Amino acid sequence: MARFLVNRLVQSAAVLLVMSFVIYALIGLMPGDPIDLMITADPKITAADAAHLRELYGLDKPVYERYGNWLSAALGGDFGYSRLHAKPVLTVMGPALVNTVILLGLSLTLALCIALPMGVLAAARPYSKLDYGINTLAFAGISVPPFWLALLLIMVFAVILGILPAGGTAQSAGGAGFWDSAKFLVLPVASLTIASIGGHTRYMRASMIETLRQDYIRTARAKGLDETRVLFGHALRNALIPVVTIIALDFGYLFSGALITETIFSYPGMGKLIFDSIMGNDFNLALIALLFATLLTLIGNFLADAAYAALDPRISLEDGVE
Amino acid sequence: MSNVAPLPTGKTPAALVWMRFRRHTMAVAGGYVLLVFALAAIGAPLVEMILNTDAASVDLFQRLQGPSAAHPLGTDELGRDVLVRILHGGRISLLVGLVAAVFAAMIGTAVGLSAGYFGGRLDGFLMRFTDGVISLPLLPLLIVLAAIDLGKIGLPSSIADAENVSLYRIIVIVALVGWTTVARLVRASTLALRSRPFVQAAVAQGASTWRIVGVHILPNLASPIIVATTLAAGNIILLESVLSFLGLGIQPPTPSWGNLLTNAQELIWEAPALAFYPGLLIFITVIAFNFLGDGLQDALDPRSMERRG
Repeated sequence: MARFLVNRLVQSAAVLLVMSFVIYALIGLMPGDPIDLMITADPKITAADAAHLRELYGLDKPVYERYGNWLSAALGGDFGYSRLHAKPVLTVMGPALVNTVILLGLSLTLALCIALPMGVLAAARPYSKLDYGINTLAFAGISVPPFWLALLLIMVFAVILGILPAGGTAQSAGGAGFWDSAKFLVLPVASLTIASIGGHTRYMRASMIETLRQDYIRTARAKGLDETRVLFGHALRNALIPVVTIIALDFGYLFSGALITETIFSYPGMGKLIFDSIMGNDFNLALIALLFATLLTLIGNFLADAAYAALDPRISLEDGVE
Repeated sequence: MSNVAPLPTGKTPAALVWMRFRRHTMAVAGGYVLLVFALAAIGAPLVEMILNTDAASVDLFQRLQGPSAAHPLGTDELGRDVLVRILHGGRISLLVGLVAAVFAAMIGTAVGLSAGYFGGRLDGFLMRFTDGVISLPLLPLLIVLAAIDLGKIGLPSSIADAENVSLYRIIVIVALVGWTTVARLVRASTLALRSRPFVQAAVAQGASTWRIVGVHILPNLASPIIVATTLAAGNIILLESVLSFLGLGIQPPTPSWGNLLTNAQELIWEAPALAFYPGLLIFITVIAFNFLGDGLQDALDPRSMERRG
């Protein structure tokens, strides 16, 4: 077990390192550099000044050299300042991270509470009317554009009914109580939840159907156990193993969903932070936020492998998960 | 295993596929919907002629009008006809979906085929790479890709500043992401095919790798490739609409279903209807592709019905 986990950790670290270079290089290819921004702010800067400044800050060096400098500073704990917020990058990222964890945690929990029972119900009677209905709903869930779903929710609950805010935070609206904050979470959580129910339901159904075909299920039925015991006592626990893995692997996808939802609802989380920092040429912030999102995803993948290995004793830990 | 040849009904394999496909009401419906949408998109200039307007003609005296005979779906914030703009948006969105899905299918087939056929280290490397791409937080990375300055990667300014560059760029970007499903399905099918007797016989006869892959394996991959490409087209249209909505895909004034919704959000208090139709069309198109792919899977591979219960 330990050897397998260490192996995967080393792999994840390598992926993170590669991604840090890829992201660094890509950000360098975006229009404008910090000196261009200075020129816009101060028209008196001459071309010679600009060239001098570029040399001073090392911006005229090749990309691998600049990356090397950035990496050694970052490894020393210096991630630089955010241009938009005029604060150290980590100070800006902290609150956003907390907000995103709240948003994702709530919607993932809700989505699972709805999707897992639906998947089990559908699998208990495959090709029945109920299964057909659940399947159609699940298809609708994976096909709906997440930003349109959010717009529809705003349309119904904020524009037509006027009972929920269309976006923002309690702080921006001047309220500070628990219910004030909760009100601003309802629509973002709802749209993320609806957007992820479909996929989870389909995974759960597929895994449950596969499990119900196993010999030990036939044995349980042959013993005369009632169907409820078979479904929940014997099948569900085994069927959950691949589902747990897929959920952990879906972390990157979840993060993409958070970016859309947070941007539409002006919810101050990591997704909106990344979007705004890329759009606003805030290179330091964009780089670290993107890397942090990658890191979280890699941790999700690592946990998926570890959980899979821990939950299913048939998997050989020495060979890894194939 | 009831994995036996179909009963001798006197039908050709194609007829059997069609018979199984027809049983999928939703898949057939999806196919018809896509056909109608494609025809409507192709016929956009005709509608422009009938309504005597076009996607770009601005009329500030007719801003945000409701439905009328002259504008069946009303007008937008610049007084442009919403129906015409949606039809033109459909041209772009469907075009991006189909072209990028074909590109994605080609990349995915190349990766999946080499991984499945050659196996060993190459397989390990390619599949780890595929898993890696799937698991990354893709949308944020795609936003960076969509924002990079094409001049800085050495493209001549005739290309980098061309009018249609946002169209080509978005096709390349979504294809770079869409190939993973195809690669996985193609690899799995290639692995299965490689151990089949007719492939083994070809190997034993000393056929070259090119011949085995080209004559014996690739034709038999048609079904998984068609299914995966159909499903990928739906995902790609969804992704294009997200990027265009965020302002990073197709650039206005060229309409796409995604960027038609960008302004609709700001106008949601004044004109909620503007936000409705483009999103509905994306939704219907994507769900149609998904049902179609699902139906094709069962029709082209009868054994998948058994596997799925």
